[in-house]
Amino acid sequence: MATPAELLQRWLRRQLPGDAADWLEAQALAVGDAATDRALFLAISLVHRRIGKADLALSAADTAAAEAARPGWRPAGWSLDQAARIFLLLAAGGPAARFAERLEQLFATADVGELIAFYRGLPLYPEQPRYVERAAEGVRTNMKAVFEAVAHDNPYPAEQFSEHRWNQMVVKALFIGSTLHPIEGLERRWNRDLTRMLCDYAHERWAAGRTVSYELWRGVGHHADKAAIDDLARVFDSGAPIERQAAALALGESPHGEAASILSRDPILAAAVRGGQISWEGLAAKHLSPS
Amino acid sequence: MYIDPHIHMLARTTADYEAMAAAGVVAVIEPAFWIGQPRTSVGSYIDYLSTLVGWERFRAAQFGVRHYCSIGLNSKEANNERLAEAVMEILPRFLLKEGVVAVGEIGYDEQTPAEDKYFRAQLELAKELGMLVQIHTPHRDKKRGTSRSMAVCLEHKLKPDRVIVDHNNEETVREVLDLGFWAAFTIYPRTKMGNERMVEIVRQYGSDLIFINSSADWGVSDPLAVPKTAQLMRERGIAEEHVRRVTYDNALAAFAAGGQMAESHWLSPPAIDQRTLFEGNSVLRGGQEPRVETKRSAKERMLIE
Repeated sequence: MATPAELLQRWLRRQLPGDAADWLEAQALAVGDAATDRALFLAISLVHRRIGKADLALSAADTAAAEAARPGWRPAGWSLDQAARIFLLLAAGGPAARFAERLEQLFATADVGELIAFYRGLPLYPEQPRYVERAAEGVRTNMKAVFEAVAHDNPYPAEQFSEHRWNQMVVKALFIGSTLHPIEGLERRWNRDLTRMLCDYAHERWAAGRTVSYELWRGVGHHADKAAIDDLARVFDSGAPIERQAAALALGESPHGEAASILSRDPILAAAVRGGQISWEGLAAKHLSPS
Repeated sequence: MYIDPHIHMLARTTADYEAMAAAGVVAVIEPAFWIGQPRTSVGSYIDYLSTLVGWERFRAAQFGVRHYCSIGLNSKEANNERLAEAVMEILPRFLLKEGVVAVGEIGYDEQTPAEDKYFRAQLELAKELGMLVQIHTPHRDKKRGTSRSMAVCLEHKLKPDRVIVDHNNEETVREVLDLGFWAAFTIYPRTKMGNERMVEIVRQYGSDLIFINSSADWGVSDPLAVPKTAQLMRERGIAEEHVRRVTYDNALAAFAAGGQMAESHWLSPPAIDQRTLFEGNSVLRGGQEPRVETKRSAKERMLIE
């Protein structure tokens, strides 16, 4: 089975003009046994000039190979420069401690494009727990695209974050107008405290006369207490159409005693939930951005 | 459309970005400079340069303004040799970043031996990396300092059309143009050029190789200096073609030569819509709605929601 580095090399070679691929592979060889990091630093910075930023073109077989090489790795939304930068990082190799130290230096002087690439590469670095603090720093950013490099289509947070960190990330995604559905492990790691935080957030927004994303309710049903059920009832009874569909889904999933009777107030929505005509995936596909 | 090819946005507010975008400024270049007081360690220099290639570029994009920068060790801090040596070590790691259009702003302040040493070292770095150079000419002993800056560039075999000589005035412009360097003028209240003087310069010298900037920073300065001066030139009868060259075309031609700045960067993305630019943002702090281009009445503008 191919490693992630081998897959990246194969995909880049396939898509890049010959001279660009030659340059990249020569750099990878040079940084592999280099005594200092200077060559790697310069090569990684040069990627945007040499490789360009077109989308990495991947087939279904490629994404399956990625999943096999590293479960949860989703390079489908990557660009060529991101793939090339991670390829170079992996090519530089070395002991895990050295790798981490070098990456930390790269982060310290990264431009926006590099930040996104390095965070997207998180699941591919050796000794995964070493990067928890770094990933948390990425969540702390004010740059949405950087935040999403950690939070979206990345298995790292679900695997490595404590519940506290995880919850901060999910709430922040809504707070900055991002989306929840691309977060890997979203349902598996949903928890009671997250439900409380999200419901509190909804109340804050409502009190200010603002709306909340329908996605907020995604995991609420499973973990709903009485207060959360009341919130779901409120949204179900008086929300916008998409919010009502989301509340219906959450109520349909909820083991809480009152959920079923609230849902039955709208027989058409209730039937759509039971019949599978409404799903979280379906809502996400229809509403690519929240609210 | 205007370009302000020298402005220190790090010291400015989002209200400035909004006003600039509204006045037609589509792109800015932020040269690395000192921050009003001396830095004491390379760490704070690294953070500063990281901000120029990261956060500040992102922040500008939220307002529909494209942000570029030049990276270098400024002349004032070149006099702290311990710091200067450390900065020279890390400069190569920043110079090749996306959107870094030049090595700059570099040159002389007091024209000391240390300033000379690091100015020359950075000219060599520019040559090695194939980059443009943006030169800060000194406030004091300006005429001599400007001549010397150009002589040193020529001594290091830099082509004049790859060097932007900044902060010119009536005393320096002739020689700069004669030698074929780009001549930039800074419209900055009190200390540099006023814009009425600038109109007369354009009247006298035309618009070849000449362009203007605001150099707005943390001092009493005006981020709208470029559009305001353009308007003044029009009112005083300067032909539109010259106005455009001095406030847009020439800056673009000078800096696009480095390969990191192109008109398509602001002409092809969607109109000012923070919901799409740079994939949205968080400068607006959670609750605020993104600003979409809509006309609002004066009364509506009073409301802070």
